[in-house]
Amino acid sequence: MTDLTRATAASLLSLMQTKQVSAEEIARGYLERAEKLNPGLNVFVHLDAERVLDQARVVDKKRQSGGPLGALAGVPVAIKDVLCVQGEPTTCGSRMLRGFKPPYDATVITRLRQADAVLIGKTNMDEFAMGSSTENSAYGPTRNPWDPERIPGGSSGGSAAAVAADLAPLSLGSDTGGSIRQPAAVCGIVGLKPTYGRVSRYGLIAFASSLDQIGPFSHDLADAALLMEAISGRDPMDATSVDTPVPAYSTTLDTPPKSLRIGLVREFFGEGLDPEVAASVREAVRVYEAAGATVKDVSLPHSRYGAPAYYVVAPAECSSNLARYDGTIFGHRAEDFSAKSPEEEGLPPLVRMMMASRSEGFGAEVKRRIMLGTFALSAGYADQYYTQALKVRRLIRNDFDAAFQEVDVLIGPTTPTAAFKLGEKSADPLAMYLSDIYTITTNLAGIPGLSIPCGLTSTGLPVGLQLMAPAFAEENLLQTARVFERATDWHTRRPPLA
Amino acid sequence: MEYTIVIGLEVHVQLLTESKMFSACGTEFGLPPNVQTDPVSLGMPGTLPVMNRKAFELALKTAVALGAEIAPFTKWDRKNYYYPDLPKNYQISQYDLPFSRGGSLSIPARKDGGGGGQVTLTRVHLEEDTGKLTHGSGGFSEVDLNRAGIPLLEIVTEPEIRSVADAKGCLEELRLTLRSLGVSDCEMQEGSLRCDANVNLHIPHEGKMIATPIVEIKNLNSFRAVERALQYEAERQYEAWKKDGLTIHDAFKETRGWSDPEGITKPQRQKETAADYRYFPEPDLVPVVVDQEWIDRVRSSIGELPTQRRARFESDHGLSPYDANVLVEQGEEVADYYDAVAKATGEYKLASNWIQQDVLRVAKERKISLAEFPVRPDALADLINRVKSKQLNTNQGREVLGKMIESGESIDAIVTAGGYGMVSDRGAILEAIEAALAANPKAVEDLSNGKKRPDAVKGFLRGQVMKSTGGKADPALVGELLDARIAEISG
Repeated sequence: MTDLTRATAASLLSLMQTKQVSAEEIARGYLERAEKLNPGLNVFVHLDAERVLDQARVVDKKRQSGGPLGALAGVPVAIKDVLCVQGEPTTCGSRMLRGFKPPYDATVITRLRQADAVLIGKTNMDEFAMGSSTENSAYGPTRNPWDPERIPGGSSGGSAAAVAADLAPLSLGSDTGGSIRQPAAVCGIVGLKPTYGRVSRYGLIAFASSLDQIGPFSHDLADAALLMEAISGRDPMDATSVDTPVPAYSTTLDTPPKSLRIGLVREFFGEGLDPEVAASVREAVRVYEAAGATVKDVSLPHSRYGAPAYYVVAPAECSSNLARYDGTIFGHRAEDFSAKSPEEEGLPPLVRMMMASRSEGFGAEVKRRIMLGTFALSAGYADQYYTQALKVRRLIRNDFDAAFQEVDVLIGPTTPTAAFKLGEKSADPLAMYLSDIYTITTNLAGIPGLSIPCGLTSTGLPVGLQLMAPAFAEENLLQTARVFERATDWHTRRPPLA
Repeated sequence: MEYTIVIGLEVHVQLLTESKMFSACGTEFGLPPNVQTDPVSLGMPGTLPVMNRKAFELALKTAVALGAEIAPFTKWDRKNYYYPDLPKNYQISQYDLPFSRGGSLSIPARKDGGGGGQVTLTRVHLEEDTGKLTHGSGGFSEVDLNRAGIPLLEIVTEPEIRSVADAKGCLEELRLTLRSLGVSDCEMQEGSLRCDANVNLHIPHEGKMIATPIVEIKNLNSFRAVERALQYEAERQYEAWKKDGLTIHDAFKETRGWSDPEGITKPQRQKETAADYRYFPEPDLVPVVVDQEWIDRVRSSIGELPTQRRARFESDHGLSPYDANVLVEQGEEVADYYDAVAKATGEYKLASNWIQQDVLRVAKERKISLAEFPVRPDALADLINRVKSKQLNTNQGREVLGKMIESGESIDAIVTAGGYGMVSDRGAILEAIEAALAANPKAVEDLSNGKKRPDAVKGFLRGQVMKSTGGKADPALVGELLDARIAEISG
């Protein structure tokens, strides 16, 4: 059996192609690791070993019979619990959706099945993708494989930890304000948030529809390219998915970028940035310069308004998207919805049922954002908040457009600090919100952002380098990141797990 | 008059599409509850709406036909409110950039007192329908989501309507127009046409005009209900004003529901958060860009509208506004039937009379549509042509038509078997007149001594002549010859 702690999707594919190992053996290997590590890390919230093995055996059979095989044949992919998988629990880390089994697959799941991937478990997340630490989950927090006392980032913390801990070579996450890149950074792996519209959102349980995007986690760029290729492209079920051709990311990855003009985002090096993180990013700049890149400082003057605008737009959309969870058709329904106060006496039972169901089903952070968003959209306040935030969004997009006139790719730190401790920011929502300070603006602008491992702190915690490119320039983004990856070995580092 | 009623209508019309506004789910009416649903129309987590282009095009067709201004850029918005017939707890609708604004509907004058005229439209927009709540027994309400997501056109008029009859006329004209466009079947009973009315009164009082508080009347489930509810509401508001003196400045708009069995409007509980729908642009859909080419293509697909048809029947066919309206207001079938007969005979007035007096009367008696009517337009045209060319007189024509309807046989067969045919031979008719005079010396005497007016005697003699000719004599010729003979006698 191959050493899974050294494995990548590409290496597993070549082992299976040369019949040195079967998909079933690989699946068993990962399931065994999960059995050992999941109790401590709390990565998977649903994992049905039999279903995993069944899928692997189907691939093996296909291979034996010489039938055509998909690009990910036999490769396990862990799935963030925000993505609908037909007939399997899809709970968004929420009590609200406990027991919910969608009667349909998300489009990305359909595409993974078409690629003959093996779906391995649903991963933990902040409830409804709201959070930066995976502590806001009805299933309890996921732990960072590099240090179990620390958070794995969020909201896609489970998917990031799954790859970091080698519980799967690949996983899917979703990113609304940094929920792929931030956990990738603090877990020492690759995470890509594609251009808005590049990947279909059908079957992604919405947090903030105009910002959400699904993307891959992997150890290295070759694997990220492979997974991106499988999930990208126009989907008639998602009106916001865009009909531009999907480049062969995995084939062109090693082609050196035609132009290597890199912009260092000045605003990302201000107050709040940990010196060790800053040092790693500065070192990355030197690597690029050594590789022949021209690096210059650029400014995104409106980026400081990014977080305020984001915390209006995202909650506003969330307040509407989450309105459907009222106990009527699906999700949690309160058993006891009797009147608890004289005011409630006057309410119809139906209204009390909805109130009690939502009150019980949602956690504190989700409630906070629903309230923020409801307020921001209310008559008399919408112009001041929501409409204003949309204007900021336009300005931020203009900032990026201007920057990309001068450079091909922007770089900076993915997060202000390495992984923080569990509970450290739980009592301070604002401090938590600032973990996404460098990632939020790309979502507001709709452009792709990538985090790759670029160092370790003195205490051995991973640091991420963020690269950003114009809309639909993922191919160049990956190629540019590959220049760094080729010159370094950060992507080969693994956490000190037992 | 004590007051003027001021009415604005808000009409919702389901569009005739195979699938729902934002998903591939079917739209058939009358299925068991909640059968016609899919993950999208149930608003299940992770599902996304995708616009039904056909629905948008039908909406566009309607707005173009109504002379509305089409927005080059239109978007979708979410209207947020909690209600169990709304699975997502928001409705995808259009808020500040509807796809069309303005337009008008011209309403014919009516015998029941409606003066007719133009009604300006405020806007037409497209949205998704909600489900249906039934308040059953045992304190439970039941939700049927078959209807949820069906394309719904909202048509809002300016408060320009000044009589109950015109309000009904406006609604009827709208139904006629939409049916002729083929965009909706507009069945009020099935809910594919629904109407709310905003109504208040303008009351002249002490030299000033007082406006009563505006009331929105809901639950108007038939044309009759619209009429009755508006009448009731006008009287109620007048009585209320006389009692409390409240004006539009003293009260908010009130929503009242029409109770058909009781014949009254009753205050309705407001929807929760009715005051604030927290509209914002629907992020799951992309805006729609409508270019001139699209508008032109849609315009060219629009046939003759009822209002244009009426005008043609009046100006080109010389029909009275009343006749033109009778032929048009009953729908395309009747107007098409008339058009076919008119074309084949060139006798517009005659065709109109035959259709109104015979065809429509019989169809109504038998409760059949003109599509089912046994005499097709070409056969009726043949009959009218024979009357015109005096092969048959009018009474014979009626009889023959009756037999055609009864037996379904051809005109020729009926005419031959019944020995129909008109006597237009002057000699034969003169002979019959002389015989009638000879047989009735009293009549001749009355005429010659001026005891009776010639008119009265003429009617009697005409009857005798028709009788003796077996009803076949050409009535016009009989009249002409009788006139001459009577003139001789009465000197």
